[in-house]
Amino acid sequence: MPLETYINVIIGGVLTGLVYGLMALGLSIIFGVVRIVNFAHGEMMTIAMYVAVVAFSQFHLDPLLMMVPIAAALFALGYVMQAGLINPFINRPEHSQFILLVAVALIMVNLLLIIFGPDAQSVQTSYSLDSYEIAGVIIDATKAYTGAAAVVLSAALFAFFQMSRTGQSIRACADNYTGALVVGLNVKHLYALTFGIGAACVGAAGSMLVLLIDVTPALGPGYTLLAFIIVITGGLGSMPGALLGGVLIGVTEAMAGLLFTPSAKSMFSFALLVIVLLFRPQGILGKATR
Amino acid sequence: MKKLLIDGVPGHGWLMLAVTTALLLAAPLFVNDYLITVLILIFYFAYAGQAWNIMMGFAGQLSLGHALYVGLGAYAAAGLYVHFGVGPWIGMGAAIIISGVVAVILGYLAFRFGVGGVYFAILTIAFAEFARIGFDHIKFLGASSGLFLPVKQYVSNDLWSLRGKPVMFYYLMLVLMLVALGICRMLLRSRLGYYWRAIREDEQAAQSLGIDVFRCKMYAVVISAAMTSVAGVFFAFYYNNLFPEQVFHISRSIEIILGPIIGGIGTLVGPIVGAFVLTIFSEGMTELLEVFKLTSPGAKQVFYGIALLVVILLMPHGIWPPIARALGLAEKSGEGKPTDEKP
Repeated sequence: MPLETYINVIIGGVLTGLVYGLMALGLSIIFGVVRIVNFAHGEMMTIAMYVAVVAFSQFHLDPLLMMVPIAAALFALGYVMQAGLINPFINRPEHSQFILLVAVALIMVNLLLIIFGPDAQSVQTSYSLDSYEIAGVIIDATKAYTGAAAVVLSAALFAFFQMSRTGQSIRACADNYTGALVVGLNVKHLYALTFGIGAACVGAAGSMLVLLIDVTPALGPGYTLLAFIIVITGGLGSMPGALLGGVLIGVTEAMAGLLFTPSAKSMFSFALLVIVLLFRPQGILGKATR
Repeated sequence: MKKLLIDGVPGHGWLMLAVTTALLLAAPLFVNDYLITVLILIFYFAYAGQAWNIMMGFAGQLSLGHALYVGLGAYAAAGLYVHFGVGPWIGMGAAIIISGVVAVILGYLAFRFGVGGVYFAILTIAFAEFARIGFDHIKFLGASSGLFLPVKQYVSNDLWSLRGKPVMFYYLMLVLMLVALGICRMLLRSRLGYYWRAIREDEQAAQSLGIDVFRCKMYAVVISAAMTSVAGVFFAFYYNNLFPEQVFHISRSIEIILGPIIGGIGTLVGPIVGAFVLTIFSEGMTELLEVFKLTSPGAKQVFYGIALLVVILLMPHGIWPPIARALGLAEKSGEGKPTDEKP
């Protein structure tokens, strides 16, 4: 195979990986602060994807524009979920939390199945076949737009957590739960905000991803797992780590699809996860806690 | 051995066990074929749930990938039978060895490198998913188009090669479930069982008392995996077809663990009670939804999810512990104690 093929595939993988990274960022933020493993992550993304599909097919709204309202809607969903359902489970054992979110995921997947049916749906925009050629390398326009949007959103989130007062309060909750209570932070509200922000990441990522892949109700669990893999690979609680993990997985999948068979591509992601768990359990950019 | 198995069960506990067993033994005489298949399903989930409970309920290691061992057991026995004509009871040996080895690898990797808690759970999912996609590409075992066992209309039951009517599987699975109950009770009351519970409650404290935590956790993973793979063998010979997409799928893993969680994690009878409640609920739901003409795919699952939500919100320790207390079975056996509180 010519070298250009490899470069094209790698760049495509990096750009898709950035969108994966944004999705995983949501999971990382939620787990890093609330200490809840969101087993409904991929399912929430599927909801966002279907909203984007409907907005496009009914009102001809571009998913890239819809990103903001969809993220806002998912923020509301996430806030309500955390405030109403998950907050009472904060001190419950892990398997209890797991069942709670699995139940939520089950309801989400099957409601989508009832509403939209099992068939794949997709969005065909006017630019879906465009591409740029830079020095002999072909870059898919859609992937370039979504990748750029993912980077911008991640940077905005990073700034929010570093600079805004709310962001700093959320980090305080993550660092020391009791301490945060002592200094008078409304931890339950901040947890709900955090879950909302995580859900908003998923919402934005979902409306981008709808441009790249077809959506079916059954997509959810696979993407939940993918988000886990990315977060653990990159390093839990590290925001750049989530993006890096996303890019790594994106490239791994793209290369596996090219060199082996596309149907086996996620096997390589799992292999990567196992390797990282063994040699650097805290993830590539994570801080060692032990 | 006798001491571990028999001592400490109150007299009316034996009576209840005897009556239940007698009822289940006699059931095929007066219930229809449909109920037999439902009961087989219940025994299967009860048994697999008991096996999972050893790892999570006794030793505190959360596995979310037990479909891996079901699948490995099923494929080992079915592959040997289809390709080499090796009977399922010998195949069961192979199934136990293969899943035992895989469990050793998984356990060694996780426990040696200090992978615990949520990370361990995700590692178990990763192994199961890896197997699912891997088996999708193994041509020898049918790949994604499935592995099929030869089927015909049976007039007699061939116990040696597990070819026969559902009633044969009914009794086999019933025996399996009861044997597992005995094994679990012996394990729980053995020295190892006490070590496990010490590790579950506080791993560092257990280690500082001189318990070989690594070894004990390895025993839990391997015993649980080996027992689960036996369920896989019966799964293969009962259903006669295997698809990686179904056998290894994460929803199979979740099905296995719902029973013990609903019934009561860490208890002996909880997984069995949970399997009864969940399976009957699920089957009843199917009937009910048909009556109300709600046959769209997914409707049943939505109600299933809502029911799960209700149970986990209202009965965090499961159904069995309060029942055990009410029946007076909790005193000596510890069946009524909630064991999963976070410190």
